[in-house]
Amino acid sequence: MLDQLIQQLVWPIVYILCITVPLIIAVAMFVYWERKVIGWMHVRMGPNKIGPFGLLQAFADVVKLLIKEVILPTNANRFLYYLAPLLALIPALAAWAVIPFSSRMVLSNANAGVLYLLAMTSMGVYGIILAGWASNSRYALLGALRSAAQVISYELAMGLCLVCVLVLAGSLNLSDIVNAQAGSKGLLDWFWLPLLPVFVIYFISGVAETNRAPFDVAEGESEIVAGFHVEYSGSAFAIFFLAEYANMILVSFLASILFMGGWLSPLQGVITANVSPWVNWIWTGGFIWLFIKAFIFSFMFLWFRASFPRYRYDQIMRLGWKVFIPIAIVWVLVAGCLKYFGLVSIGPGV
Amino acid sequence: MSRVTHYFKSLLLIELFKGMGLTMGYMFKPKYTVRYPMEHIPKSNRFRGLHALRRYANGEERCIACKLCEAVCPALAITIDSAPRASDGQRRTTRYDIDLFKCIFCGFCEESCPVDSIVETSIHEYHFEQRGENVVNKLQLLAIGDRFEQQIAADRAQDAAYR
Repeated sequence: MLDQLIQQLVWPIVYILCITVPLIIAVAMFVYWERKVIGWMHVRMGPNKIGPFGLLQAFADVVKLLIKEVILPTNANRFLYYLAPLLALIPALAAWAVIPFSSRMVLSNANAGVLYLLAMTSMGVYGIILAGWASNSRYALLGALRSAAQVISYELAMGLCLVCVLVLAGSLNLSDIVNAQAGSKGLLDWFWLPLLPVFVIYFISGVAETNRAPFDVAEGESEIVAGFHVEYSGSAFAIFFLAEYANMILVSFLASILFMGGWLSPLQGVITANVSPWVNWIWTGGFIWLFIKAFIFSFMFLWFRASFPRYRYDQIMRLGWKVFIPIAIVWVLVAGCLKYFGLVSIGPGV
Repeated sequence: MSRVTHYFKSLLLIELFKGMGLTMGYMFKPKYTVRYPMEHIPKSNRFRGLHALRRYANGEERCIACKLCEAVCPALAITIDSAPRASDGQRRTTRYDIDLFKCIFCGFCEESCPVDSIVETSIHEYHFEQRGENVVNKLQLLAIGDRFEQQIAADRAQDAAYR
């Protein structure tokens, strides 16, 4: 009985904590890194006062947010108002369950992992809509409506990009998708090459779906102040913040897994020496490669934000519906042909 | 033809990559930030900061209570009372208050002073902690003058050729 309890309850909780706690710390460091990078690109320094190189800035911000009062606006719907941040955060954390960090490090090796991910990332928008509606504020409502329309539009393009990956890999399991990218030609075996336009569309849609610049009309400081979370303060706001950044890191990991070979090394098959277990991961692959790839993608988020002005709303819709979706549909056919005629080498994952 | 090139340019995101290249270039450039409390930017000797009342080298205060500064002050920040000094009957101020909240730091008081008594020093880092501390009186102004006389004299000497 006790053994069973430990087996079914304690260990899963330990595993979950092993993912969420580092994730939350990663979010804090990511916020710091964002402010640093954007500062550097603006020829400023960014935070450099708290801790060495300002490293503790994010933690100071967390403490500040936690000791602030959570204000409930007049006539706001109390239940939904407090539910919304949780609805935004829970899917952002839950989606991490199916992410394979390496060939063995995965919390839940679900067969329909990609479907689960799609479901979870789509859930996040409910938090945003409810936050906008429950706040009883025009700005928040406008932000929520914009965000909802945008996320739904880009989800279509994103889903079609995933279809291309699924066609090539022949599996909905994320570990299988990574294994399908294994081969002997290094990084040329990964799916980004046969699916290059789709890869670009997927990442840009990911940026749009997380409501990040240049697609951040949902926040749009210059027009609607802060969009859906304009009325939120203190820890409720901190939860939205956490969800947004966790989603950004998630999209970075997904782009690495689906198109950039996950934990596979870019030197796979090029070097096959057996030196020592400490350096072998450089060519045989390991979770460090996944982290490096995800770091590069998350850096792209910050790079976009520092480089591009915000899209106009109709431009966002045009880009999503009239550019991304047609290209993605065409590439589904191309991917099908590539697979059918055996033009892409698929690894041992299938 | 230009339409076609424009189409491919926008499809291949050329302009966007150019912009990203630009920001990446700036990321590694030396930063313009001055780390203020530790670093300072150079300050002009004509800087108009906190006020001071000066003395002659023999310790006699310069101010002769002509009240020109009070008259010229556009913000009515200066209040002066005067009376014959008890020791030798000379015309001196009994009260010399400057309200630093009213003061607009225009420098007219310094310009109008016939004996170079009231000056605006280059001090700009000061603060008040209590209500009422914004009004500085004669003793405080003289003390500021005594403490920073070297700096004040050096600034004035540097500017003398242009006056």
